[in-house]
Amino acid sequence: MRRLLFLAPVAVLVLVLIGFFFGLKRDPSLLPSMMIGKAVPAFSLPPVRPEDRGFATTDLGGEPMLINYYASWCAACRIEHPLLMQLREQGVILHGIDWKDKPELGYKWIAERGDPYVRVGSDESGRAGIDMGVSAVPETFVIDKQGRVRYRHVGAVTREVWDTTLRPLMEKLRAES
Amino acid sequence: MSAEVGQFALILALLLALVQSVAPLWGAHRGDGVLMAVGRQAAILQAAFVALAFGCLAYAFVTCDFSVALAAQHSNTAQPTPYRFAATWGNHEGSMLLWVLILALCGGVLAAFGGTLRETLQARVLGIQGLLAASFHGFLLFTSNPFLRLDPAPLEGRELNPLLQDPGLVLHPPILYAGYVGFSVAFCFAVAALIEGRVDAAWARWVRPWVLAAWVPLTLGITLGSAWAYYELGWGGWWFWDPVENASLMPWLLGTALLHSSLVLERRGALVSWTVLLCILTFSFSLMGTFLVRSGILTSVHAFAVDPERGVYVLGIIALTTGLSLCLYAWRAPAIRSGALFQPLSREGGITLNNLFLTALCATVFLGTFSPVFIEMVNNDKISVGPPYYAKTFVPLAIPLMVLVVLGPVLNWKRDDLRALGKRLWMPAVLAIVVLVLAVMFNGLTGLLTAAGLGLAAWLVAGSGLVLARRWWAGRAYLGRSIRTTPRAMFGLTLAHAGLGLLVLGITGVTAWDSDKVLSMRLGDTVAFAGRTLTLTAFETVNGPNYEARQARFEVKGQGKPYQLSSEKRFYASAQSQTTEAGIRVSPLGNLYVSVGDESPNGVIVRLWDHPLIIWIWIGGFTMALGGAVSLSDRRLRLGAAVRNAPAAVQTAAAE
Repeated sequence: MRRLLFLAPVAVLVLVLIGFFFGLKRDPSLLPSMMIGKAVPAFSLPPVRPEDRGFATTDLGGEPMLINYYASWCAACRIEHPLLMQLREQGVILHGIDWKDKPELGYKWIAERGDPYVRVGSDESGRAGIDMGVSAVPETFVIDKQGRVRYRHVGAVTREVWDTTLRPLMEKLRAES
Repeated sequence: MSAEVGQFALILALLLALVQSVAPLWGAHRGDGVLMAVGRQAAILQAAFVALAFGCLAYAFVTCDFSVALAAQHSNTAQPTPYRFAATWGNHEGSMLLWVLILALCGGVLAAFGGTLRETLQARVLGIQGLLAASFHGFLLFTSNPFLRLDPAPLEGRELNPLLQDPGLVLHPPILYAGYVGFSVAFCFAVAALIEGRVDAAWARWVRPWVLAAWVPLTLGITLGSAWAYYELGWGGWWFWDPVENASLMPWLLGTALLHSSLVLERRGALVSWTVLLCILTFSFSLMGTFLVRSGILTSVHAFAVDPERGVYVLGIIALTTGLSLCLYAWRAPAIRSGALFQPLSREGGITLNNLFLTALCATVFLGTFSPVFIEMVNNDKISVGPPYYAKTFVPLAIPLMVLVVLGPVLNWKRDDLRALGKRLWMPAVLAIVVLVLAVMFNGLTGLLTAAGLGLAAWLVAGSGLVLARRWWAGRAYLGRSIRTTPRAMFGLTLAHAGLGLLVLGITGVTAWDSDKVLSMRLGDTVAFAGRTLTLTAFETVNGPNYEARQARFEVKGQGKPYQLSSEKRFYASAQSQTTEAGIRVSPLGNLYVSVGDESPNGVIVRLWDHPLIIWIWIGGFTMALGGAVSLSDRRLRLGAAVRNAPAAVQTAAAE
C-alpha cells in the first residue's frame, strides 16, 4: 500500500504527458473572424475624393480584391502606405474606406502621400466598419470573385504579410472559377 | 567564422556532456577514482565550450553579422548595442543556448568547488547533470540550431521585438533562467541520492545553498518581470495570470516549499523522502516553465515561435527526466530511512503545514494553467481561465499560509507549547488587530477584506521583526555583541518574511483602492483625476534611435509640487510594430499611471490609473530576494565550512 503511494507521482505524470501530447496538436492562436466566407454586408459610402462616386458593395466581385480601412489620424497607416502604393503599381485591385474620419482630411491624406485606391468611400460614422468587425485601423480584408470575405488582416500590411499570406491567397482566388 | 567556431564548440560540448554522464556514473559504481576525476574535468571543459559558443553567438549579434540567420532575424544596425547583445537571448534558439550555458556553468562550479563533497556523491551528481546537459545540447543542435547561415546575407536584419527592447528585459531572462536552471542541481542531488539510497544531513547541507541560490534569482526574475509588465505593456496591471507568469510561479512555490523542507531535513533529519520528491518536482516545473510556452500548447504574450516538432522533443525530455526520476523515486524512496519524529505543534509541524499549503497553491495554478488543454481534449470546448478562478482558489489558500508564516520561526523544534507560543506572539498580534480595527473605522465594514489585508501585512512585518527582537532582547546586556553574532540566515529570514508582508500591503492597496479613467483629450484639455488635475500640454512626434513616437506630455497639479509626465506610443519601422511607453509617477503612497492610446478625430485616447501602494509589491519582492541573498551569504551555508560547524549550528538554532 505504502509503495503504491510512491507510485502516485508517476501515474499523475503519465496522465499529464498524455494531455500535453494531444495538446500539441491544437492551435490556440486561431482567432477566426465572424465574417470569413460570408458576403460583405451591403454598404454605399459617400466619396472621399471630390467629384467621385464613392464606394459601394456593387463595386465588389468579379476579381479578387482588397479592402483597406484607413484614417488620416492613424499612425500605423503611414507605415503600410508605401507598400500599398507598390501594390497599386503592380495592378492589385485595392479599395479604401476612410474610417471614422472627416472626408476632407481623408482626401488630404491620400492627396499628399499618394492615392493607392481604386475606389474610396468615407465611413465617417464607422458604421460600415462595425458590420465588418473593425475595431481599429488599419485592417485589410481579402474579397473573392463572389464578393465574399476570405481573410482578415488586423494591423499594418507589411512586406512579410503580403509575401507570405495575402499574395498567395489572392493568386489562389484568381485561379478559382 | 564565429558561427562555425560556435557550432563546433557546441558539438564538442555535447560530446563532453556524454563523457561527463558516463564516466563518473560508471566510476562511482566501480569505485574508480580516475573515471570520477575524468567526469570533473569533462564538466569544467563542457562549461568552457558552451561559454565559447555563447560568446560566438553574442559576437554575431553585436557586430550585426547578418550571414547568421538568427542575427538577421533579431538584430538590426539601428538597434542600440545593449539591445543587440540582449537580442542574443531574445529569441528561441538564443535563449535555449543561454539556458544550456547556465546549466553547464552550474556543472562546472560543482566540479571545481565540490571537493568537500563525498566523492561518489559528487560523481553521481555530475553524471546526472551530464545527462541533462547532453539532452539539451541535442535539443539545440537537432531542432533549434542557433548558428545556421544565410546565403546570401541580407544587408539589414530584422529587429528584436520592440516590447523586449527595455533595460528590464535585458536582465529578466538571464536572471529567471539562473533560477530555473539552478533547481537542476537540487534535482541532480536528489537523483544521485536515490541511486545511492542514502539521504543524510550532509546531503541536505549541500542541497540547501543550491536551492537558495536558485530561489533568489527566481524571486528576483519574477519581480522584475512583473515590474516590466506593469510599465511596458501599458495595461497598468502587475500580474495577469498569464501562462508564462504561472509557469514561473509554479517552480517558485515548490522551490519555496523545498527551501523550508530541506531546512527540516538538515536540522532534524525529518521529511526525507518528501524533500527528495520536491527536488524532482521543482525542477520538473522549471522545465515546463521554460519549454511548454514554446511548444505551442499554451499561448501567451511571451511565447516564442510555435513549432510542434520542438514540442514533441521537449515532451520527450520532460518524460525522460521527470519520468525516470519519479520511477526511481517510486522504487528507491520507500527504502530510505524515514526521519525523526516530531509533535504537530513544533517548527517541523509548522513547516510541514507550510509545505502543504505551498503545494496546494502550486496545484491550483497548475490546474488553472493547463485545464483548458485537458478540457479541450475531452469535449472540444475552448475555455479560458482568468483572474476570477484564481481569486476563488489561490487567494483563500494563500491567506492562511501568510498567517502561518509568522508562527514558524518562533516555534521550537521538536515540540512546543500553545500557551508559551501565545506569550511569544502577543505583540505582533495586538499590532495587527489595532491596524485591523483602525482600518475598519476608516472604511466601514464594507472594507473588511481590505482591513484584513492591512492587518495581515502588519502581522507579517511585525512578526518577522519579532525573530530578531527576541534574540536581541534576550542578549540585551551585550546588545552590540548579540547583534554582531546574529547569524546572517536570521537576518535573511526576517527580510524575506517581512518582504512578504510588504507584498501583501501592496496587493491590498492596489486591489482595494485603484481607480481608472479613459477619455479623449485634445491639446490644452484638463481633467480632474484622483485628487490631481492633468493638462495635456504637448502632443508631438519625436524620433528615437530606431523608432518614431507620438509623445503626449502632461502637467500634473495637486498632491505636492506640480510635475511633468509624458507617455508615448512608439512605432518601430523595421519591426513593423508599436509599443506604449506609459508615464508613471512613482511614490510610496501610490503611482499615477498615464498611457496614450490611439488617435481619433476627437483627440487622443488617454488612460489614467491611480495605483495606491502598488510600489510595495515590487519592494516586497526585492526584499524577499535580498533576504534570500543575505541568508546565502551565511557562513554556515558556505560550501566546505558546513561539515565541521554543523553541530554548533544546531545548538544556536535551538537555543535562539
